[in-house]
Amino acid sequence: MSEPRLIEISPVTRVEGHGKVTIHLDRDNNVDEARLHIVEFRGFERFIRGRLLWEVPVIVQRLCGICPVSHHLAAAKAMDQIVGVDTLPPTAEKMRRLMHYGQVMQSHVLHFFHLSAPDLLFGFGAPAEKRNIFEVIRENPELGRRAVLMRKFGQDIIEATAGKKIHGTGAIPGGINRNLPIETRDAFLAQIDQMTDWAQDALKLARDYTVDHAELVQSFGAFPSSHMSLVRADDGALDLYHGVMRAIDDKGATIIHGMDYNDYHKVFIEDVRSWSYMKFPFIRDLGPNDGWYRVGPLSRMNTAKFIDTPLANTAHSELRALTGGLPNNTTLTTHWARMIEVLHCVEKIRELLHDDDLQGTDLVAKGERRHEGIGVIEAPRGNLIHHYKVDENDQVTFCNLIVSTTHNNEGMNRAVKDVAVKHLSGQDKITEGMLNHVEVAIRAYDPCLSCATHALGQMPLQVELFDADGGLIDSVAQSV
Amino acid sequence: MSQPKALLIGYGNPGRGDDGLGPAFAERVAARNLTGLTVDIDFQLMADHALVISEHDLVIFADAGLGMTAPFRFDELTECVPQNMGSHDVTPEAAVALAQLLFHSAPRAFVLAISGDCFGDIREGLSQVALANLDSAEAYFLNWYAEFCADIKPAAPMDTVPQTPG
Repeated sequence: MSEPRLIEISPVTRVEGHGKVTIHLDRDNNVDEARLHIVEFRGFERFIRGRLLWEVPVIVQRLCGICPVSHHLAAAKAMDQIVGVDTLPPTAEKMRRLMHYGQVMQSHVLHFFHLSAPDLLFGFGAPAEKRNIFEVIRENPELGRRAVLMRKFGQDIIEATAGKKIHGTGAIPGGINRNLPIETRDAFLAQIDQMTDWAQDALKLARDYTVDHAELVQSFGAFPSSHMSLVRADDGALDLYHGVMRAIDDKGATIIHGMDYNDYHKVFIEDVRSWSYMKFPFIRDLGPNDGWYRVGPLSRMNTAKFIDTPLANTAHSELRALTGGLPNNTTLTTHWARMIEVLHCVEKIRELLHDDDLQGTDLVAKGERRHEGIGVIEAPRGNLIHHYKVDENDQVTFCNLIVSTTHNNEGMNRAVKDVAVKHLSGQDKITEGMLNHVEVAIRAYDPCLSCATHALGQMPLQVELFDADGGLIDSVAQSV
Repeated sequence: MSQPKALLIGYGNPGRGDDGLGPAFAERVAARNLTGLTVDIDFQLMADHALVISEHDLVIFADAGLGMTAPFRFDELTECVPQNMGSHDVTPEAAVALAQLLFHSAPRAFVLAISGDCFGDIREGLSQVALANLDSAEAYFLNWYAEFCADIKPAAPMDTVPQTPG
């Protein structure tokens, strides 16, 4: 009988930011505890205080280099409220939506093709040197080329609507600062059929993987949970840009129905645990044990009654049929959900490009000044909340952000534990492939653990195994 | 050979202190409107940079550097071996390898790593040390680029650059 051991995976590879996983084994080599720790610096709320409301939608993009557009739009929505605007001019709302669909599309494409495809195509336990995007491309160069070109399409839409790729200025309090020129629109329209075809192909890949690996999908990081997202206010459709909050439990019963997101702070509360900097949100009335929930693409498939674009809606129906219309509580089906959203975004982009409002000139609305504003959107990784208070000098006095990865904190920890127990327990030797199973579970949520610095010279992943006395008995450097 | 079609990619997060060295360098160079040089600024190097890389004859990657003894390093990438990639940790080598693999075109590529001092905090602006290093790197690069375009051949890779005062 051996001594209890502690395994650390730090930082997690192919995940944005810094995190580490610790796995405690008991004397029989069974997993006793497994946790995802977020070594995150939460200084942004303090950083934003004192800033002028006009500059907030630009500055918040510095929070994250992966999804700056999500923060840009959530902050702009909050500032709309502060400048007293509840309804944007059609051109402004549609330009923002176009920006958002471009962002979600390119983010999902990056995740699926470049981060998850190696695991899905070669297997979670495949040799590390095989399990990377370059091997995927060697076997299927067209897949890699499409991924780059689809991402470029999304990035180009962001640039056309936000002004530039980095620190975009498009969304401003009360509206937008540009429309879409005809020639730019036509350039996008010329590519839209191709994007639709490629999105459908990608969707089929993700769908086939899920169906062909049903047994794995049903057992890998699968556990009952509630789900939460925005849905469209009048009919419960999927809406990534705006709507009301809806939460359901693991059986599909409604917990929160059509709640105005301005009331989020009355319903959600954040718990603190000593071993992670990241908070654990839960629904106040249900308490921390029962009130936690998941967010993200699969949660959105669960909460949305339908999708208002035909191709994505057909795919949504098929995904829902897999569980007889009940919520899908797996982890790996998230990839399928993500690709449904890519197709939805492409369909919405097409719809918007044919809308003359994008060439409108009424860009900004005005209203009566308020002192508090809340903006919520569905970011690629899930629900994103921005909340600000601004004083009479237009300076921010209060800021609270709840990002998707924070919403998913409990869910990711449960997934880590589930996978660790199933794949590591009772093993005499823990291999890199086994540890990758844990990372696959985390990666499925596409966590963005805050925009880490990424300067040249940083350390690769280190996996360290300690004995009961804290002595290092094994160390593995993961590929990066 | 005619004027090379050159690309400078400066990347990093200006909201994270000296991590903004890459964008700061790129902004300075962009302001000079150097002949034949396109400047791209981004939060990070991504897989899709492979496309634009493949469309140029020469690419310079500018990023902040950690743990360096010199103000900056300027090296040619001689072997771009495919590596694994993360959502934010695509290396210059991987980006060039991806350009070759996907679009069958890999330009000559150089990496400029400018030594930073203060990372991690959410803070705008560069440290005094980083600013001094940025000055040194800019001066070196402008000379190098002028010579490169004149000769269409590279300067010797610099492994170590003497510390500059202040």
